[in-house]
Amino acid sequence: MVGKIVLPPQEGKPSDVEEIKAESNYLRGSLAETMQEELSSGIPDWDNRLMKFHGSYLQDDRDQRLERERKRLEPAYQFMVRVRMPGGVATPKQWLKLDELSDKYGNQSFKITTRQTIQFHGILKWNMKKHMQELNSVLFDTIAACGDVNRNVMCNANPYQSNLHQEIFELSSKISEHLLPRTNAYYEIWLDKEKVVDTQEEQEPIYGSLYLPRKFKIGMAIPPANDTDVFSQDIGLIAVVENNELIGFNVAIGGGMGMTHGDTATYPQLARLIGYISKDKVVDVCEKIMTVQRDYGNRSVRKNARFKYTVDRLGLENVKKEIENRLGYEFEEARPYEFKHTGDRYGWIKGEDGKYHFTLFIQNGRVKDFDNYPLKTALREIALIHKGEFRFTGNQNVVIANVGSRSKKAIDEIIQKYHLTDSDNYSALRRNSIACVALPTCGLAMAEAERYLPSLLEKIEAIIDDNGLHDQDITIRMSGCPNGCSRAAMGEIGFIGKGPGKYNLYLGASHTGSRLNKIYKENIGEEEILASLRPIIEHYAKERLDGEHFGDFVIRTEYVEAVTDGRYFHNRA
Amino acid sequence: MKLEVINSPFSEEQVKQLNEVLANLTSQQKIWLTGYLSATASLQGIEAQKEISFNTAPVASSPTAVKQITILYASQTGTAQGLAKKYGEQLRNLGFEVSVSSMNDFKTNALKKLDHLLIVASTHGEGDPPDNAIAFHSFLYGKRAPKLEHVKYAVLALGDSSYEYFCKTGKDFDEQLEKLGAKRIVERIDCDLDFDEPAAKWFELVKEKLKEDGAVQELYKEEAAPTVAAPTTEYSRKNPFHAEILEKINLNGRGSNKETIHLEISLENSGLSYEPGDSLAIYPTNNENLVASLISALGFEEQAKINVGDISLSLKEALTDLLEITVLSKPLMEKIAQFTTNKEFQELLLNKEALKQFIHGRDLLDVVEAFGPFSWDPQSFVNLLRKLPARQYSISSSQSAYPDEVHVTIGAVRYEVDNRQRLGVCSTYVADQLEIGDKIRVYVQHNPNFKLPEDDKPIIMIGPGTGVAPFRSFIQEREERGAQGKSWLFFGDQHFVTDFLYQTEWQGWLKNGVLTKLDVAFSRDRDEKVYVQHKMQEHAAEIYEWLEQGAVVYVCGDKDNMADDVQNTLLDIISQQGNKSQQEAQEYLENLQKQKRYQRDVY
Repeated sequence: MVGKIVLPPQEGKPSDVEEIKAESNYLRGSLAETMQEELSSGIPDWDNRLMKFHGSYLQDDRDQRLERERKRLEPAYQFMVRVRMPGGVATPKQWLKLDELSDKYGNQSFKITTRQTIQFHGILKWNMKKHMQELNSVLFDTIAACGDVNRNVMCNANPYQSNLHQEIFELSSKISEHLLPRTNAYYEIWLDKEKVVDTQEEQEPIYGSLYLPRKFKIGMAIPPANDTDVFSQDIGLIAVVENNELIGFNVAIGGGMGMTHGDTATYPQLARLIGYISKDKVVDVCEKIMTVQRDYGNRSVRKNARFKYTVDRLGLENVKKEIENRLGYEFEEARPYEFKHTGDRYGWIKGEDGKYHFTLFIQNGRVKDFDNYPLKTALREIALIHKGEFRFTGNQNVVIANVGSRSKKAIDEIIQKYHLTDSDNYSALRRNSIACVALPTCGLAMAEAERYLPSLLEKIEAIIDDNGLHDQDITIRMSGCPNGCSRAAMGEIGFIGKGPGKYNLYLGASHTGSRLNKIYKENIGEEEILASLRPIIEHYAKERLDGEHFGDFVIRTEYVEAVTDGRYFHNRA
Repeated sequence: MKLEVINSPFSEEQVKQLNEVLANLTSQQKIWLTGYLSATASLQGIEAQKEISFNTAPVASSPTAVKQITILYASQTGTAQGLAKKYGEQLRNLGFEVSVSSMNDFKTNALKKLDHLLIVASTHGEGDPPDNAIAFHSFLYGKRAPKLEHVKYAVLALGDSSYEYFCKTGKDFDEQLEKLGAKRIVERIDCDLDFDEPAAKWFELVKEKLKEDGAVQELYKEEAAPTVAAPTTEYSRKNPFHAEILEKINLNGRGSNKETIHLEISLENSGLSYEPGDSLAIYPTNNENLVASLISALGFEEQAKINVGDISLSLKEALTDLLEITVLSKPLMEKIAQFTTNKEFQELLLNKEALKQFIHGRDLLDVVEAFGPFSWDPQSFVNLLRKLPARQYSISSSQSAYPDEVHVTIGAVRYEVDNRQRLGVCSTYVADQLEIGDKIRVYVQHNPNFKLPEDDKPIIMIGPGTGVAPFRSFIQEREERGAQGKSWLFFGDQHFVTDFLYQTEWQGWLKNGVLTKLDVAFSRDRDEKVYVQHKMQEHAAEIYEWLEQGAVVYVCGDKDNMADDVQNTLLDIISQQGNKSQQEAQEYLENLQKQKRYQRDVY
């Protein structure tokens, strides 16, 4: 018998979402009924809140909103469905299913997210169950892909250290499974499993009936690659490797990207190191850290509910102590580490185990057949003959991993046939770009991101090329709103949407993902973006130090002040 | 005093005969006759006598001579009913005793007492009688039909010559009445869509015959005339209103296979009024490209001068604005045959099935392109063509809700035959040619056979696709009136996301309770096709319950498949839920129809 979880009392009235969770009977709500209702393709808001815990939420095609209102049609409601894919690994068989489902029920494409999984858009209400069941047929689920729970656990996709990858991937799966909600609701609602009544299985031994105050994210990185942006996570785990063997992790806590425009009490924050643990403890450590947030996170004001605010409110040392109390042991001193970059390295690489890996740049993570670039078709053909696996990276790219030397030839033929290596000719800037989905499907977006960044890049590339910086790696990230799905606050050049065609321009994050950027210009359009960047890029081309990254340069030359702590993100000189 | 035309209500012929008779009568005989005539007149009704006694005419002769005239109409959209009522009114004003009713309302046992019977019958679809004539039609063809040797009759048939079974219902009645022994007093006239002139001609002939039989006073006719003639300001088929388009919306969302135009039209200062269930008739013009192609295929000049009736205009103008060029019919094909010796064409005419197939979905351009050479000139060519008729659309607004507007809901018809895109004349005229601010020629076509019941009666509305139009009008009306009766809508189309016509309005009415229930069926969203009748079947018990509570059932929309499927489903529901045999269910439904509780507007 598992003890019932009782949360310590908190000030303030619980937020509406807390009430919805409390009354949801472990995430069921009235979803089973409202998904059957036939007069709207949407669902009521309270059920949509619960829907997130099932890895999906209701969106609508915002391009059509006004038009449809005039046509007496409700918004073009559709569901986003995000797959739970710890470590971002998919088998070829699974890939083929993703491909098939995107055509069958989705909008003929899928999006590689910045958390190493994929999401579908455009799934209609009456196809949801079939969609979920077909995902299940290849052993995918979508549990906890969104919602106030631990999200998809990220791990390094680095193809060099193949033996390490296998181990770290297994650990990420273990953490994910361990922190998975135990409610049977998902299986009942989507997979037609029998309803379980009042059994112990119904209890949530880790979460309790209210789950977490807010989403919770865990990511692992193996230096020198910080491709999971480990400091953007609620728990960042930095692999410590000795003699080519994983021994443990440096643990950082309290990172997170989201903020609200105009509210300086909200800010992006980087995770801060609290010490080292050996690898055998990692699952338990993650659980205990998460339970501290479960008990002390703000359940009254959702925009202050992330773990970062809990850590900053209580103090890093106090939180560390509380974690150690729960663990019954102390963290060791953090081990030295060095990150060199956050991006991916493209093309063929031979791993230590002799297998080959091809990292393919996928602009904005969008897998679809573009005019003159049938990317989705190409990858389907590869999946049909591939015997290894696919790995999604935190930079929205894909690694065709574990290819034997014989298969390499066949896969390379497909790569050549479809010109998948054309991205080699892209600027390093473009290859280091990330954009969130934003319009038309994201309900939060204030400005375009995925649909706009490519054309903006073209114009910035002209400046870059003029200044001989074509091959200079510079991270550039665009988010349609300040919630930060593209981790724009960690781009050397960052854009966060303010309104249609208007962005805040941020500069000065580190290339390695260890420093936030700072606002440089507020609420500007394309013309001013280009006019602002041109002299800085010219200046950088002329006066950068040897090996100096753009983000460091703009601080040295005082375009912006370095942000040493998220709490100072909004301070203006 | 000698009887003369000017001092009596008699015609010249009658004056002559009466004078001959009177000249030979003794005074006593004259007195007896006066008494006899007065006595029989009083039997006809004191009211009638009183009325007549105020008249300047000394003696009303009609009561003695006139016979009872019964006018029955078989009407689907209200045209036949309108004519029947108009004729009834005119005959009444001539002093006849007239009763006008729908065939449904006519009690068949009254056939024995019939005297003069006038029938105005429209034909529905593939030669079917209109809903309100089905029972009477089958009665006359059935075993229980009585001998009708005592009946004198005339039939006016309405139809559309583009259909194979043109005016079939009228023909049926005409033939069957003759078989039953009734005597035809006037030859049947079959009217095409442009019915005014032939119908008027028929009625003139009928009047003449009745007068011969019944001695009508010319005097009354003159008096009656003004009340019958339309006021000059009244907009009608002959005099359509030029109405401004206030709003035009394609109701279908992006990616739909459908294009359904919602038009909001101003009726300001028109004096036009309508009720829920009525139709709006719109005069279209033909597509310019089609006209140009046709003239070019004919080898004529666009500017060639021709006459249409009294109007002189260019060929292009005539084919664009006045004449129908997109609908083929057997009579038209037969007329065309006089102008070509083309063998294939002559063969086509002889092969009924092939002709039918060819006519379907094709237009004049096809004929001109395929079967030349032709010997016609521009004038003889246009002489073959019938006038471009107005197209009728169920009104989708309530005048209580929009006093100065009328809304219609029009599905654009586009299809391909022989690699050429074909355009529905009026629907694509509306969809492609018209913009907000443009004016269109319209009139209101009343449809007394598709009407809301009393406010407290439950209604079940089945209207997939554009068939939903009148129900928007119904619900608007009920909302305005604060009607308390329950209402239930069954709607269907291809795709939920793009084709749920007036979705947010229905959702709103459901929320505020004006609409009690809503069930929808979308046929192309899932593997299995779902149609409105499937939704009805799902709710069989409740539908039957509503019927037992006195609900009125309305069906609007596609005639070819939906209407039959829905009717069969209704019969199933009645027989299952009411434990009735098929025959009993049939009777139940017929009974509903008689009580005007099963009304259809299908096309």
